[in-house]
Amino acid sequence: MRSVVPVLTVVLGIFVLWYAAAVWLNAPWAWDKATRSGEVLTTQTLVADTWSQEKPKLPAPHQVGAEIWKTTVEKKITSKRSLIYHSWVTLSATLLGFALGTGLGIALAVGIVYNRTMDKSIMPWVIASQTIPILAIAPMIIVVLNAVGISGLLPKAMISMYLSFFPVVVGMVKGLRSPDAMQLDQMRTWNASPQQTFWRLRLPSSMPYLFTSLKIAMAASLVGAIVGELPTGAVAGLGARLLAGSYYGQTIQIWSALLMAAALAAVLVGLIGLIQRITLRRMGML
Amino acid sequence: MISSVSPPVILANSLDLTFQTNDGPVHALKDVSLEIGKGEFVSFIGPSGCGKTTFLRCMADLEHPTGGSITVNGVSAGEARRARAYGYVFQAAGLYPWRTIGGNIRLPLEIMGYDRAEMDARVARVLELVELAGFEKKFPWQLSGGMQQRASIARALAFDADILLMDEPFGALDEIVRDHLNEQLLQLWARTEKTIAFVTHSIPEAVYLSTKIVVMSPRPGRITDVIDSPLPKERPLEIRDTPAFLEVAHRVREGLRAGHIDD
Repeated sequence: MRSVVPVLTVVLGIFVLWYAAAVWLNAPWAWDKATRSGEVLTTQTLVADTWSQEKPKLPAPHQVGAEIWKTTVEKKITSKRSLIYHSWVTLSATLLGFALGTGLGIALAVGIVYNRTMDKSIMPWVIASQTIPILAIAPMIIVVLNAVGISGLLPKAMISMYLSFFPVVVGMVKGLRSPDAMQLDQMRTWNASPQQTFWRLRLPSSMPYLFTSLKIAMAASLVGAIVGELPTGAVAGLGARLLAGSYYGQTIQIWSALLMAAALAAVLVGLIGLIQRITLRRMGML
Repeated sequence: MISSVSPPVILANSLDLTFQTNDGPVHALKDVSLEIGKGEFVSFIGPSGCGKTTFLRCMADLEHPTGGSITVNGVSAGEARRARAYGYVFQAAGLYPWRTIGGNIRLPLEIMGYDRAEMDARVARVLELVELAGFEKKFPWQLSGGMQQRASIARALAFDADILLMDEPFGALDEIVRDHLNEQLLQLWARTEKTIAFVTHSIPEAVYLSTKIVVMSPRPGRITDVIDSPLPKERPLEIRDTPAFLEVAHRVREGLRAGHIDD
């Protein structure tokens, strides 16, 4: 409860800055319009105009709020204009990509920890994979998968996976190696098999690392899904809304899609945080 | 050769162990020979770097000697380890925070494939043995340091190993708790008739607990004296004030000092 006041103060500060910036950025257009029609703008009418333009450079918060309200609550979910529909399209790709990325990441980490050859060879490739700009490789993935007849959800999920497996590999390698020499010696004194050591010691020990990685991976998955929607011709999804908005100068639509994506990321990451807290508390590791 | 009724439990013959480090080879053990009979309580005492822990780890097949030979229960240390011939107690209790005390004791039993009823019976028995009955469902963080260490001893006792290797198990505990645990350990040893090898750097602890005290010294790690304790098997804490006790302690101290002369 003590954090409420500081948080509200920051939020208030953002709103003040945002409204001020809207006036500043949208004023030239308002003056332009006024000069052409021969009107004289008072400060009051100028501010009112900058906060209610149809295609402002920076829409005011209430305009974005109204757009989000209109496209979520007032539209049927099945409508192509519903932001919920588009969010769901992006969310499904995000979740599938996240699941695939987590699976791939854990599998690679287990390989790296248990296999010397993989330990020496995999990591440089994993790092190299992340130095390629996702914007460059995303259209390639879409095109190649399309050519072999895979389209729709899976190509986008693949791009999500491409971004999200990386933090999981790095975190899980560290997590699976976190048991100290004494704990591993102890397993040796009981003549435990590698599988027993994995399931009973290495995997439980890695949980704090896994959850931290999952949070980063989830945010990366969402970015991947949105990027994956850009080259598909803006059919559906938050990425499509962003692209369509930029084609037609619909800044309000862009901002509402942006805020929706941010809210989605916050909820997803928050959800993992919640599972993390419950799990680690039950494991006595918090 | 010391004549004994049963064959030695641990027999080390001119054991050598050299670690290759960046600063050149380190002689952790040099020409170490020792015989431990069944049911003995043997303490290893010496300054740090004298190889007492390394020697214990050789018995446990956690280190591999570079020379000489060591047998445990008449077979190689590796075979003995695979046969789960010993329980090993480390300096830290090393209990898993995500398992209850009962779950922690069950851990080696699960690994060794005991069935459920057998596990329950054994957990109950060893908890009784270390006076932790009723704590089975508690988590490690709910217990004091001394109780955690007792739980870790219980874990080492849970399976049928008649050798107990203990590496400074009470080193991190305060003196009062330590006295109490020493007393309990002696009772436990009397009841279970295990063979115990015990590493310590406390002279009173070594003299109080042991039937045999092995004094070691560093650079290279070697045995400088082996003292057969004249103390009776029944040992109340007050025995530490008797002349016999003080005499043994004096001899241990002399042995430690002799090992230091060449420093």
